[in-house]
This record gives sequence, C-alpha cells and structure tokens, in this order.
Amino acid sequence: MTVRIGVLALQGDFREHISMLQSLGVTTAEVRTAEELEGVDALVIPGGESTTIGKLADRYGLIEPLRKRIAGGMPTLGTCAGMIFLASATVNHDQHQLGVLDAVVQRNAFGRQVDSFEADLNVDGVPGDPIHAVFIRAPWIEKVGADVEVLATVDGHPVFVRQDNILATSFHPELTDDTRVHAMIVDMTPIEEQI
Amino acid sequence: MDSTSTPIETGTDLVKRGLAEMLKGGVIMDVTDVEQARIAEEAGAVAVMSLERVPADIRAEGGVARMADPERVSAIVDAVSIPVMAKVRLGHFVEAQVLETLGVDYIDESEVLTPADDQFHIDKWKFTVPFVCGAKNLGEALRRIGEGAAMIRTKGEPGTGNVVEAVRHMRQMTSQIKWLSTLDDQELMDAAKVLGAPYALVKEVAGSGRLPVVNFAAGGIATPADAALMMQLGCDGVFVGSGIFKSGDPAVRAKAIVEATTYFKDAEKIAKVSRGLGEAMVGINIDTLPDSEMMQLRGD
Repeated sequence: MTVRIGVLALQGDFREHISMLQSLGVTTAEVRTAEELEGVDALVIPGGESTTIGKLADRYGLIEPLRKRIAGGMPTLGTCAGMIFLASATVNHDQHQLGVLDAVVQRNAFGRQVDSFEADLNVDGVPGDPIHAVFIRAPWIEKVGADVEVLATVDGHPVFVRQDNILATSFHPELTDDTRVHAMIVDMTPIEEQI
Repeated sequence: MDSTSTPIETGTDLVKRGLAEMLKGGVIMDVTDVEQARIAEEAGAVAVMSLERVPADIRAEGGVARMADPERVSAIVDAVSIPVMAKVRLGHFVEAQVLETLGVDYIDESEVLTPADDQFHIDKWKFTVPFVCGAKNLGEALRRIGEGAAMIRTKGEPGTGNVVEAVRHMRQMTSQIKWLSTLDDQELMDAAKVLGAPYALVKEVAGSGRLPVVNFAAGGIATPADAALMMQLGCDGVFVGSGIFKSGDPAVRAKAIVEATTYFKDAEKIAKVSRGLGEAMVGINIDTLPDSEMMQLRGD
C-alpha cells in the first residue's frame, strides 16, 4: 500500500508540490475541505500568500481539523507561507495561524521582492551537495521553542526547522529539481501494512 | 553559524517568476488608495495593484492616464502586508525606475494607461523588480517574455465589466499552445514566424505544452462566476480591476470573488457566495466601442 500525501490547495503553488511528490512515486490529493483532509496520511502546506490561505482556511472551517491532525502526529511540511501558517505567532502582525509549530516568525524578513534571492544552503541531516534554496519575500524564524531543531540558518536566523512530525522551510524546494526535502516528508510517513 | 555556502543572488529569473507562482489561485485587486488596499487585503486578495484611477473611470473621464502618485503608492506599500503591484505606461521605463525605488513588488506595463511609446516596450531584463504584461495571444505573450516579463495576463477589455474579451484571449492562447505542441521540430521556425515570437521560446512552449511563466486572466471580470469561468478555462489566477470598487458593495464582492477563485470547480460554493452581492458594476457592450477606445489594441 502506498502513502497518500495531501497538498493544501486553497491558494499558492500547490501544483509544483504535487508534481514533486509524484516524481517520488507518491499518491497525491488536493485538499480544500475538512473531508479531503481526512483522506490523507501526510500534508504539505505550499508557498502562497499566508494571509489569504489563513482567511480561506478560517472561512471554510479548516483551522481546527488541521490543528487536530497535525498535533495528532500527521507528518506535515510547510514552505514559506506554509511555515508562517504552521507557526504560533508573527512579529507585529495578527493573522490566522495554526500554532502547531512552536516558533515566532518574521514575515518578509529579508525585505520586499527586490530582495528575494537564491542561495546554496548546507542543511543539517541532508548529506551531499548543499540545497539550492529560493527565497521569495521569505520569512525567517525569530524565536524557536525548546523542541524545535534548527536545520539551517541565514544571517543567523533559522530558515529550516523540524519539530517532531513538522518540517518547515522559509524557502521553496518545490521551485527546484531537488527532491530531497520532499523525500524527508515521504520518509516520515509510515506505510500502513496490509495484512 | 550560517548555512549559506555561496553569495546570495537577487533579481534572477527564478525569483521573479517565482513570486508569480506564489500568487496562483488568487485574486489581485486594483486599488487607488490605502482604504481600498485594506479592504482588498481583508477580503483575501493575494496582492493589490496600485493605480491612479480604475479603468472604468479612465474610460469615463478620458485624459492621459499615468503612473499613480508615488506618495499614494508608498502609502499603500506601508499599509498592507501582501505584495503591492503598480502600473506604468507602455514603454515608460522611467516610471518603472521610479516604482522600483518605492519597493513595489511587481510592475504592470499596462495598456490601461495611456501609452508613452507607441513602438517599443520596456527592456524589462534591466530591472531587479519583476514585470507582468498583457497579451491577446501567444505571439504577444512570448514577445513580452522575450523582453523580460516574468508573468503574463490576458488583456481582455479593461473597465467594461464584460468578460467576453478575456475569454477570447484565454481561449486563443490555449489553442495556440495546443497547436504548437502538435508540430515537429522542422515546423517550429515557421511557427515562430507566424506568431512573430522568439524561436527559443516557441521551441520551449512546443516541448512543455505551457507558457514558461504564470498566466492570469484580466480585463472585464466582474462577478464570482466570471472569476471561476476564467479559472476553469485554465488561467492561473485573476486580476479584478473596476469590478470590485465600481460595484455596490466592494468588501462583500471582493470576498466572494476570492472564494470563487479557490473553489472554482464547486458550483454550489460559487452559487452560495454569489447570493445578494448587490449591484455589479455597470457593463459596456464591446460592440459599441470604437477601435480608438479599445485598450487591448494598445501595444502588440
């Protein structure tokens, strides 16, 4: 039996995540409702506009079901807006957040679009070449809780973290051909044994 | 300790096109001041487009339409947390230089404003800030991408509240992309000649079956159903210009259009959000417009 990984498809670059996961041989599903969330073993929250994703999740009753599944151990990867949505708070800004990742994020931390950038990152626990990372109006993490493991930093700020079943990146692995970050979430998803 | 192993690079194709990727499935709303920008953000817009007057007013009032006052653009940049786009006149590279200094996140080289150059578009490769441009067909889209545009939108017919031209331009682009992907390599140079488009881009589209950049719909979208129609026709997201702030209840309509864009395949949800929205903007029949008033004919 193969795992089924959902991608939150309210807004953003969910198609890029889906093709990345499919290239790893995973069954995927677009998630826009609480019912669709029930049918997946793991979840990716894509890049996009975090305020828009938060508002739509709130209006369509997804906040509580998402909190419950993720706090209950569902492997979850959030990239950029996904990281913001997973976090507990945002510096100087009030918006809908899940609060399942014990971290305070700073939005647009590197500046506006003219400051968006690409860089090679050495990531703890990812052997081989550095990961080529694309940062677009990206957040960084201002403060992490004790259970959060920092896997990479830029300018001294965490940009890739792990907390139990949650992975979060400030950058967009889905915009490159490097599947290693997605492979991490696939590896974290247990395959249910068929008896 | 820092994890970067190489110097960082800004203004690359990937970061320019990448921001448009993040806007997909969303609604970008025309706003003229801070109050409208806040309403748009609250409704769930993925970005706002700052301009002097919305297209319907430019049509009604006439005169030369230019880049918005920098003071107004800066106030909008400071007021909202979502990306801010702003319009410049076709070919007016100094307006673009000015907007880049204001921290605008995307520049729309737009036929809605009065053209500043009737022959040449801006050389968009020279800028760090990305550009979006309008197109009626595939050739025009590829010419703009060849000049450095990182995002395309259909032109439609702005300020009319009439979706027919946006539909026509979207269908035209889709069918031309399908046609290209049926050609063999030997036929591609002739196709480039027919389209008036750079050969390398023609070859790329023939191979991938899609535009190399994100393509939004624009020009005449006025209702949630219009937005969902464009999404079902295959666009990546929508721009709404006059459709929101020339309607009876902008906040409610803006929210409904956002929701219809996400749930564009769910007719029951579209029906629900379309109820009791108040007056839509008054529309214009395109047949009654003389060529001189057709904004889509500016630039090619």
